[in-house]
Amino acid sequence: MADTVVGANPDPHVSGDDPSRRDFIHIVTGAAAVGAVATLAWPLVDQMNPAGDTLALASIEFDLTKVVEGQQVVVKWRGKPLFVRNRTPKEIAEAIKDDHADLRDPQTDEERHKPGKANWLILIGTCTHLGCVPTFGGGEYGGWFCPCHGSVYDTSGRIRKGPAPKNLVVPDYAFLSDTKVKVG
Amino acid sequence: MSGHSTYEPKTGFERWLDMRLPIVRMAYDTAITFPTPKNLNYWWTFGGILALMLVMQIVTGIVLAMHYVPQVDYAFNSVERIMRDVNYGWLIRYMHANGASMFFVAVYIHIFRNLYYGSYKAPREVLWILGCIIYLLMMATAFMGYVLPWGQMSFHGAVVITNLLGALPVVGNAITTWLWGGFAVDDPTLNRFFSLHYLLPFMIAGVVALHIWALHVPGNNNPTGVNVKSKEDTVPFHPYYTVKDGFAIGVFLLLFGFFVFWQPNILGHADNYIPANPLVTPQHIVPEWYFLPFYAILRAVPNKLGGVLGMFGAIALLFVLPWLDTSKVRSMRYRPTARLYFFIFLLACIVLGFCGAKLPDDPVIPGVTSFTLIDSDLNSYVWLSRIAALYYFAYFLIVTPVLGLTETPLPVPESISAPVLSHPAAAPVGAAASPEKRG
Amino acid sequence: MLRKGLALAALGFAFLAGPALAATTHEEPKDIHWSFDNPVTGKFDQEQLQRGYKVYREVCSACHSMNLVYFRNLGQKGGPFYDPKYPNPNDNPYVKSLAKDIQVKDIDSDTGDQISRPGTSADKFPAPFPNEPAARASNGGALPPDLSVIAKAREGGPAYIYSILTGFVTPPAGLTVQPGKYYNPYFSGDLTSAWSGKGKVPEGGVIGMPPPLAPGKVTFDDGTPSTVANQARDVAAFLMWAAEPKMEERKQFGLGAMIYLLIFTGLLYASYRRVWRNVAH
Repeated sequence: MADTVVGANPDPHVSGDDPSRRDFIHIVTGAAAVGAVATLAWPLVDQMNPAGDTLALASIEFDLTKVVEGQQVVVKWRGKPLFVRNRTPKEIAEAIKDDHADLRDPQTDEERHKPGKANWLILIGTCTHLGCVPTFGGGEYGGWFCPCHGSVYDTSGRIRKGPAPKNLVVPDYAFLSDTKVKVG
Repeated sequence: MSGHSTYEPKTGFERWLDMRLPIVRMAYDTAITFPTPKNLNYWWTFGGILALMLVMQIVTGIVLAMHYVPQVDYAFNSVERIMRDVNYGWLIRYMHANGASMFFVAVYIHIFRNLYYGSYKAPREVLWILGCIIYLLMMATAFMGYVLPWGQMSFHGAVVITNLLGALPVVGNAITTWLWGGFAVDDPTLNRFFSLHYLLPFMIAGVVALHIWALHVPGNNNPTGVNVKSKEDTVPFHPYYTVKDGFAIGVFLLLFGFFVFWQPNILGHADNYIPANPLVTPQHIVPEWYFLPFYAILRAVPNKLGGVLGMFGAIALLFVLPWLDTSKVRSMRYRPTARLYFFIFLLACIVLGFCGAKLPDDPVIPGVTSFTLIDSDLNSYVWLSRIAALYYFAYFLIVTPVLGLTETPLPVPESISAPVLSHPAAAPVGAAASPEKRG
Repeated sequence: MLRKGLALAALGFAFLAGPALAATTHEEPKDIHWSFDNPVTGKFDQEQLQRGYKVYREVCSACHSMNLVYFRNLGQKGGPFYDPKYPNPNDNPYVKSLAKDIQVKDIDSDTGDQISRPGTSADKFPAPFPNEPAARASNGGALPPDLSVIAKAREGGPAYIYSILTGFVTPPAGLTVQPGKYYNPYFSGDLTSAWSGKGKVPEGGVIGMPPPLAPGKVTFDDGTPSTVANQARDVAAFLMWAAEPKMEERKQFGLGAMIYLLIFTGLLYASYRRVWRNVAH
């Protein structure tokens, strides 16, 4: 009956034909399928990356005339606090003095501000320990003090005492003019 | 055909797992070795297409849910934010919206295939009923999903459909208020529709699993409607049907891509780009195309409760179809009279769909006025819907039971392999018997 | 509550079982074409978008908000002021200067008072009115719709917008038009009750917007003649961009995807034929 119709059923041992599995065409098709899935997967992954409106607030411009000498202003940048501090000459001198002290995260003060603008210290106001916001002017170095676990930062924002491992982070910024700075 | 499993675990890990949770065995038996009739035509590829569309809708939907805000003041804008600001948001949104339409294209073809080839008949009644349940869940999901963008059509469509339930005697108003969470479609309604819209597809997935299980007990139907008699009638699902389904999916995706990339808004309605305003009703409330036939049936009955019963009755009738059909022959390939009525039925459904998009009193033939019957001119879409709806119900309630008893079918082949080989294999010597002309 | 429910249902069912209500008519939109018409390869004409922006800014923004568009969108790929040198539109100096020209409302961070300040690229286009009642009060009770997605929210899209803007005509004798409304044959309406003249009721309706464009009203920097038709055409193109800024990206991605799918489907067909070659079916 059905069996007598030659070729009615796939006989893998007929004439040395390797059944489907390893044919070149199937490899190419398989590769194309993988390509299609990858092309589809990328948008599905990328959509979780920051969207256009989030990126729009990724950089801000700040007017420095608002910050009086010896004071700091805190603004929100990328969802985090940003410290903009106008240092007094005394604070700058104290920072430079400790450039080669025994620092957990060694950095000179020079490295932490723009050349010729030593009074302007711009830092991300998040303690590098577990993320609390350090208070201005606290701690024995007159820099910042983090109330959560007692980290102490000097007037250059460098970690001096307490559990934080790194200095307060200096973000990417540039002076657009003497009174305006762009952060991010 | 649940025969015995031929899976042999190869590695140590496979043996270990197989003893504890034979999931690889189950996948192997279900999708690799499963003996499938070798004569399935392209109408059988839509099951695989539907499975793909379900996965696609779930994946794109979950991603959209990461950005969508289900609150009346933010919903519309959050969708626009997805379109404008979210990376590839436009792609994911258009895929999801057009994916719903494609899902219904596939499900309608799948359902009509079942009607034609008698796939709902014994022993596949439960399989068919599970399919009807999936169809109902799909309609509920699609309805709620369309409300979420909170455009004019979203809102007013929700108003019309939820108000339908008010037609039910005694409990109608309590149910409507309960559904709304208030005195009208508003924020509580939107929020709960979002929650349920997220939930239902997973219920659909569960019912699909039961659907495939119920399928695998008797095995697939085939175009001859004749049961599988021996192993020679079948081929293993992989690679024969994985590759055939793959090809069909490729063609389907081309159609899908046409809509997503080149005409993403053509199946929708411009009014849904107007933010919802409860105080202004659109000139013409129209549901999405896949609901149009039922909308036409709803409007065909000149009584509100009657219309609701008619609309739900049209769907409920599907559930009992296996018991309405008295024919001993499964496939309409061998039932020429039934086939004729079937194609008229298909035409009636298309006509109903067409009518659903029109204003009921608009003339079918422009400029011609005839006489008024009941409440409308005979030359009106509402009368055309009535005729088509009457045929719809008559097809199930009269034609199907009667024809099974009175029709003389064509001779049915003895087995799948016996007749027709539309692709006789390249045979060397002693070629195949000449194929009989099929019925 | 029951009454309200029934009233809403009646409103919704107004078209269902009963005589048709208003037979609204309107003339079909004019036959006009744009660079972006082709669904596969159509692109925006950047200069046209720039002129269109100018028309929006100088004419339409007096009454129409565009709440979903931000200044930075103007500098995005496909937008009117995109500059490949500034892939991040927030840095685009032209966009920044366009934003600075416009005052936006903000809160003073020291006192909490409401102030006006020059815009930045991160700001939205400011709305001309603070809320709906204010908008209606200034426009004879009519609400000028937000234009962010208007090109997708109307049948006919930009052609419809162009037709409305260039379609204002003197109402035919016999048509009563109340003060504050303007006859426009392309705007959907039912003028049966306002028509006392001879012949068929004119198509179209009355719109609350006075003809907004006039010859020479907006000077185009590139020297394009400032006719009403040109202004209308350019602003309609700009509105299409505003409604779908990702259109070009969609078409480009689409062409690649469809070609890939075509090849992939071909490969699948070949695989299918190879697998089934020995099986009679």
